[in-house]
Formats: sequence, C-alpha cells, structure tokens
Amino acid sequence: MDYTPQFSVVWNNLGLFAQGIFLTLQIVVVAIACGLPIGIAGALGRTSHNRLLNWLATAYVEFFRNTPFLIQLFFFFFGLPSIGVRMSSWQAAVLALAINFGAYATEIMRAGIEGIDHSQIEAGMALGFNKMQIFRHVILVPALGKIYPALVSQIVIAVLFSSVVSQISAEELTFVGNFLQSRTFRSFEIYLAISLMYVGLVWVIKLIAYGIQQKFFAFTKYIR
Amino acid sequence: MQEFTLAQILTNLLIATQWTIALSAIAFVGGGLVGFLLMLMRISANRVIKGISILYIEFFEATPLLMQLFLVFFGISVLFGINFSAWVAAAIALTTYTSAYLGDIWRGSVEAVPQGQWEASKALGMGYFQQFRKVILPQAVRLSIPSTVGFAVQVVKGTSLASVIGFVELTRSASSISNVTFQPFLVYSLAAVIYFCLCFPLSLWSRRLERQFSYDR
Repeated sequence: MDYTPQFSVVWNNLGLFAQGIFLTLQIVVVAIACGLPIGIAGALGRTSHNRLLNWLATAYVEFFRNTPFLIQLFFFFFGLPSIGVRMSSWQAAVLALAINFGAYATEIMRAGIEGIDHSQIEAGMALGFNKMQIFRHVILVPALGKIYPALVSQIVIAVLFSSVVSQISAEELTFVGNFLQSRTFRSFEIYLAISLMYVGLVWVIKLIAYGIQQKFFAFTKYIR
Repeated sequence: MQEFTLAQILTNLLIATQWTIALSAIAFVGGGLVGFLLMLMRISANRVIKGISILYIEFFEATPLLMQLFLVFFGISVLFGINFSAWVAAAIALTTYTSAYLGDIWRGSVEAVPQGQWEASKALGMGYFQQFRKVILPQAVRLSIPSTVGFAVQVVKGTSLASVIGFVELTRSASSISNVTFQPFLVYSLAAVIYFCLCFPLSLWSRRLERQFSYDR
C-alpha cells in the first residue's frame, strides 16, 4: 500500500460540502412536503370503498414500490420529455423523490388508519367527548403516534435515496463529491468523508425525531 | 441507419435482466452469510464483538448504497491499488449493503423469541450453541422469513445502482438502448415493467407469508 490518504482535499472544500448538504436537505424537505399529502390521499384511496379509487391507489403503490428509484428518475427526466413534458433536473429529482416517498407513505398511513380500534371511539363517547375531541384525541394523535416511527425511517431512506439524483446532474451532496473527485482524483478521501456526512445527517434526523417523539408521542409506550 | 424493432429492444433488455438476477442472487447469498455472522456477533455477550457489529450495521444502514458503490469501486481501488472490475465492485458493495440490513432484521427476530426460551433450554442443561441452534434459531427463522423475502425486493431494486459504475445490467442496458434508439419513454417503461415482474411476485409472497405466520401464532 503505497498510497497515502490526504484529507486536505476535504478540509479545503468544507464550504462546498456544506453547500451540498444544504442542497440535499432542500431536495429532501421539498420532496417530503409534497410526498406527505400524496401519502394521505393515497391512504384514503387505499381504504376507500370506491372500487376505482381503491384500484388506482393500489396500482400506484405497487408500481412505485416494486421498481427501482433510478429507473423512475430516468423515466421522469429522460422519458417524459419525449412526450412533451420537460423539466429541469432539480424538478425531476424532487418529483421522483416525492412520488416514491408518497407510495411508501401511503402504506404507512393506511396501516395507521386501519389500526384505529372502533371500541376506542365508543370509549371516547362514553367519556362525554364531542366529535371534534374524539377526532383529535382518539383518532388523529394516537394514529400519528403509531405511524411516527415508520414515517421517520422512511424519511431517512429518502435522504439516502436523494444521493441517486446526482445521476441526472441534480446538484446535492453526492454531486459535489463526484465533481471534486473528477478534479482531484482523491476518490477514497472524498467518498469516505461524504459517507460520514450522510451518517451524521441521518443521526441528526433521528435525534430530532426522537425529541419530537418524547415531547408529543410519549404516550405510545402505553398503547399497543 | 438501422432501425430497432420492439422485439429487438425487448430481447436485449431481457438478456441484461439475467445479470440483474445474477447480481441479486450473489448479493443475497453473500449478504445472507455475512448477515448471519453479524447477527451472531450482535447477540454476543462480548462487548467488543457486539460493538463491531453495531458499528458495521449503523454505518451501512446510514449511508446511501450509491456511496458504498463509489467507495468500493473508486475508493478502495485507489487506496490498495487493486483494480476491481465493475462486476466485482458491485458484488462487494451489494453484499455489504444486504448483510447490514439482513443482520439487523435477523437480530430483531432472535430478540423477538421470548427470553424464557433461552432460560428453559438452559435449565435442560444445553450449552449456549445448543440452546441457540436447537431452540432459538428454529423459532427465529420462522419469524424472520416474511421480512427477509420483503428485503429481497430491495436487493433487486438496489442492483440498478450498479449501472452507475458501469456494470451492464437491466438499467445500464436500458440507458444504452435509449441512447441508440432515441426512445427513452418506451425503453424505460419496458425496463420498469421488467423490474416490476421481478419484484412484485416477491412482494406478494412476502405478504402472504406474513399473513400465514401471524394466524399461526
């Protein structure tokens, strides 16, 4: 082993990396903000008694959960322009990530909706809650508490998936890595540093998520 | 200029699909072996061994698969002066990726077996490995099968990233064909349908197993 790793390439470009992290977070936040409403709509479709809506939602979920994200991304960025739908690499990246996240969120939220026990609602009525109180205290908050851990894992996966959008030249952390690598050839140092940055990002997200859980959903340890 | 027919495009995609399946199989078998070892280390009473396993799993579960591929393909080759072919690099990266997740899934299954089972088999005079092999493992395997099959879907989808380092499988072949035929819409749709045909049966199977096992308990 005659190769001496030199991490100066990392220290000298910290600004660029910070920018990459910011862009990654930006893509992920926008994609999740769009993906959550898709997930709610999808979950309502999946639990609906309307056959057409139910079928559409199921087809959406199954198709996007059973094909690779990279193919979805290529389809949006390279495939759609050939039928006249053009978008920038950033738009395609956010769209693909949002639709992919939405498919997983649909399944998570469906489980939350189906997990509400009807006897709980009756218990709420017996305690003299009105409709709004029942919806808030018996349905919404416990359901959110139940799906919360799964949702957080899915957000972490979205952060990891966002690295793939570098393949259509959307700028984010991995793109910064490829750019620096092509200029300095310090591939080991750069990719190791970026891997650790992803680990850090994931830890920060998990820590924040844990804090939120302790504050708002601490009761979930008492319910099944 | 030569025109490509739909049949030619489809045939070429299907030829490349063989490599997707081969890579998935290698990753799953290799990942399964390493994952089993990780699970054993993870439930060990030795803190150092346990710690190594935790670090490994945490690292590979918190980094993108794409980054792991780059680290193996570009990083390790520079560091040790070994030039991996895309094929070997993809197999290594997908194996480490699969092993981390399977190790974690299987640890969960082993821990889901009630503590009393360990104690009962100990009371019968069994040694640690006997307890594990004859009492805990058979129950844990049952619990872990649905999520293991479910994870196989993630592995098949994960192989698509090997195209990025130049390994010619379904996604890479789709990119090349779409560059030649100028029909990205058609080619990527076909590739998506082929992936769907590979993954959807696995998903259905995983769900069926889950239902079966939850009724039995």
